[in-house]
Amino acid sequence: MFSLRDRMAAALVAACLAAPALAQDRFPGVGRAATPREVAAWDIDVRPDFKGLPAGRGSVAMGQDIWESRCATCHGFFGESNSVFNPLVGGTSAEDIKTGRVATLKRTDYPGRTTLMKVPTVSTLWDYINRAMPWDRPKSLKVDEVYAVTAFLLNLAHIVPEDFTLSDQNIAEVQQRMPNRNGMTTAHALWPGKDFKDGRDKPDVLAKACMRDCGPEPATGSRLPEHARNAHGNLREQNRTVGAQRGSDTTRPEGRLGDAAGPVNVVGSARQAGPHAAAIALTQKHACAACHNMDGKLVGPGFSDIARKYSGRADYLQAKIKAGGSGVWGETPMPPQDLPEEDTKAMAAWLAAGAPR
Amino acid sequence: MTDIQPQAAPASMDRGRLRKAPENFLDAAGVRTVFAEGRQGRRDFIRSAFAAAVAGGGAAAAAAQGAKGVGDGDPAILELPAHSTGLGRPVAADGYGLPSQYEANVQRRQSPGLTQTNQASVSFAPLQSLFGIVTPSGLHFERHHQGWWDVDPARHRLMVNGMVKTPKVFTMDDLMRLPSVSRFHFIECGANTGMEWGNVAVPTCQYSHGMLSCSEFTGVPLITLLEMAGADLKGGKFVLAEGADGSSMTRTIPMSLVASGQVLVAYGQNGEMLRPENGYPLRLVVPGVQGVSWVKYLRRIELGDQPWATKDEAVHYVDLLPDGTHRQYTSIQECKSVITTPSGGQVLLDRGFYSISGLAWSGRGKVQKVDVSVDGGRNWRTARLETPVLDKCLTRFNLDWVWDGKPAIVMSRATDETGYVQPGIRQLREARGTRSIYHNNATQAWLVQENGEVKNVQLA
Repeated sequence: MFSLRDRMAAALVAACLAAPALAQDRFPGVGRAATPREVAAWDIDVRPDFKGLPAGRGSVAMGQDIWESRCATCHGFFGESNSVFNPLVGGTSAEDIKTGRVATLKRTDYPGRTTLMKVPTVSTLWDYINRAMPWDRPKSLKVDEVYAVTAFLLNLAHIVPEDFTLSDQNIAEVQQRMPNRNGMTTAHALWPGKDFKDGRDKPDVLAKACMRDCGPEPATGSRLPEHARNAHGNLREQNRTVGAQRGSDTTRPEGRLGDAAGPVNVVGSARQAGPHAAAIALTQKHACAACHNMDGKLVGPGFSDIARKYSGRADYLQAKIKAGGSGVWGETPMPPQDLPEEDTKAMAAWLAAGAPR
Repeated sequence: MTDIQPQAAPASMDRGRLRKAPENFLDAAGVRTVFAEGRQGRRDFIRSAFAAAVAGGGAAAAAAQGAKGVGDGDPAILELPAHSTGLGRPVAADGYGLPSQYEANVQRRQSPGLTQTNQASVSFAPLQSLFGIVTPSGLHFERHHQGWWDVDPARHRLMVNGMVKTPKVFTMDDLMRLPSVSRFHFIECGANTGMEWGNVAVPTCQYSHGMLSCSEFTGVPLITLLEMAGADLKGGKFVLAEGADGSSMTRTIPMSLVASGQVLVAYGQNGEMLRPENGYPLRLVVPGVQGVSWVKYLRRIELGDQPWATKDEAVHYVDLLPDGTHRQYTSIQECKSVITTPSGGQVLLDRGFYSISGLAWSGRGKVQKVDVSVDGGRNWRTARLETPVLDKCLTRFNLDWVWDGKPAIVMSRATDETGYVQPGIRQLREARGTRSIYHNNATQAWLVQENGEVKNVQLA
């Protein structure tokens, strides 16, 4: 015999058990189960506790070989370059490796912050190199290569010795040598929810909405220097041609009140796709843009610089795209490009015509 | 206007009778005439636009407007323009219309020297030229971590795995078949105004505050998809969102927001699909949280019991404090506002009336009030909030102002529904120093000079 109370409890339990099943059955015909192979193909993340880290190993020496061919063009041979990205290495010491706190982070005179000054978790490096590097060919490194590149990077910062081989077996020990492993805090109110033990409910800065006779007489503390007036381009052409204000003509000194009322040039075009969009799109498609900007040097010279130097020489440019080379613009080599004939032809013609937008 | 002859109605057009539109309005000869004129008009338009481009480096706007020195009348009134005396262009001349040619100065722009590559970079929305609260999709700010793609939606997949009973795969067909919601929310990059922590660094609100946009997003609450996969909602404390682009952007998402139904898997933006630069065909919408968590080209959701410390929460998007510690997993965009008109880099045309107008928002809820000062923060008046005032959404405010021609420092200060008041830069620096990069929500001051020029200033 069951009492009413027992029966009610049983019904409640049944209801609780049924609830998730209902949620799953609410939308029949929508979505399907993922296959184990599909999950394995995409579930590539590695957590700080190394959940998700595949077994493997790679030495510093192996990492150096990969680094010099795949990474150094952007990051420099010692991870020190800031020509394309912020430097990866520098600013950490043997003492930091002991304490887990990077001392230079306290210094306001230290120029910039490198990746290894900031990153607290070695899993972050492994995960990001694996999912997003190299810049122009993400996800092309094999598991052991990711270990090797990570090992080389750690060696550059003297976290592991030159003869070290990083593996899934010893990576937890390496974590204990990360220079900024104790440098993070979640004691703030900028995370919604109570998931962190030291999280705060109350914001760190509490202002008051004073309405009358507030604070001292205002004085200007900081403003742009006059020589920077045109540093962001002509602001007159970055504002609408009508309205309560105009943009300031920053190509000339400030005028008098009322001077701004004259006509405003309309620059650029609302239409993005021009006659050269196809050639420009090819430079994106074939990842040329990973190393070449429109203007100015990145890894290689800017397209506009190439166009100026080789104006009208489409055949030369096409041959150069195919063969690659070094020495013309600097020592960083451009690898040969095995691309469809019509694509190299179109890009060369575009460059020879002045690389127009 | 007796000197203007009304156009004779075509012979077939009987006055006062409804006729089928549009082809029956004109007879065959009339159609031919209209088409010929239309073509001629098109040629003239192109020719005149080209002439203007050669003459002035762009189609110049008409001469200064206004009542001064009009003599016996404004030529814009007295001399009828072509559009009043000719036939306009036909319907569907452009199957997906574009802004007026005269609006081409209103563009999203890069800040010179901010980044070294164009693929891991930012473009800023032209806040100084926008109205209301919605950002036109083509002007939405951009932040890409490894370049943007135009992804074929037929080949896009979303996987839900981790602490779920059955890992699931959804196609776009599946997702768009589910019940959808549409909500207006702001999105702000955590590094918005980041260049201004130490000193004034940029001239206009486009560059100081333009990593901010607001749209109506349409999609499916993420919690629905997790429930469909049989998620362990008790053990699962964090969600990982992962993009399908080269960087496969990953961020840890607060489960509390997911469980509340606020986090959306969105495909719609302002009535159309997401733009490619904004994650077409699928992105995460995490209301109130910084833009980096709104993962674009969303391919995977994983439920877990620990945060992930991904690159963009262990190397970037960590806020440096004076003692050398970094705040990790900072996410909420605290209450903030900015006056967009008049704002830095603009010039007031004359003394007299102006409507001070700007935007306010809070990652913790609705904006409750906005105060505006024109004397550098000594005295404040409460501005009008324009409707709608929505949760975690931009709110437009306005305040009438008569400028007497003397120097003025205009500022705005927002308060949200939690009672949190937007702080000044000094107060923020006292707590966080000047090297935080992220989460600068300080009040913004613009100095209006006697010559009408408006400058970005920070008060001592």
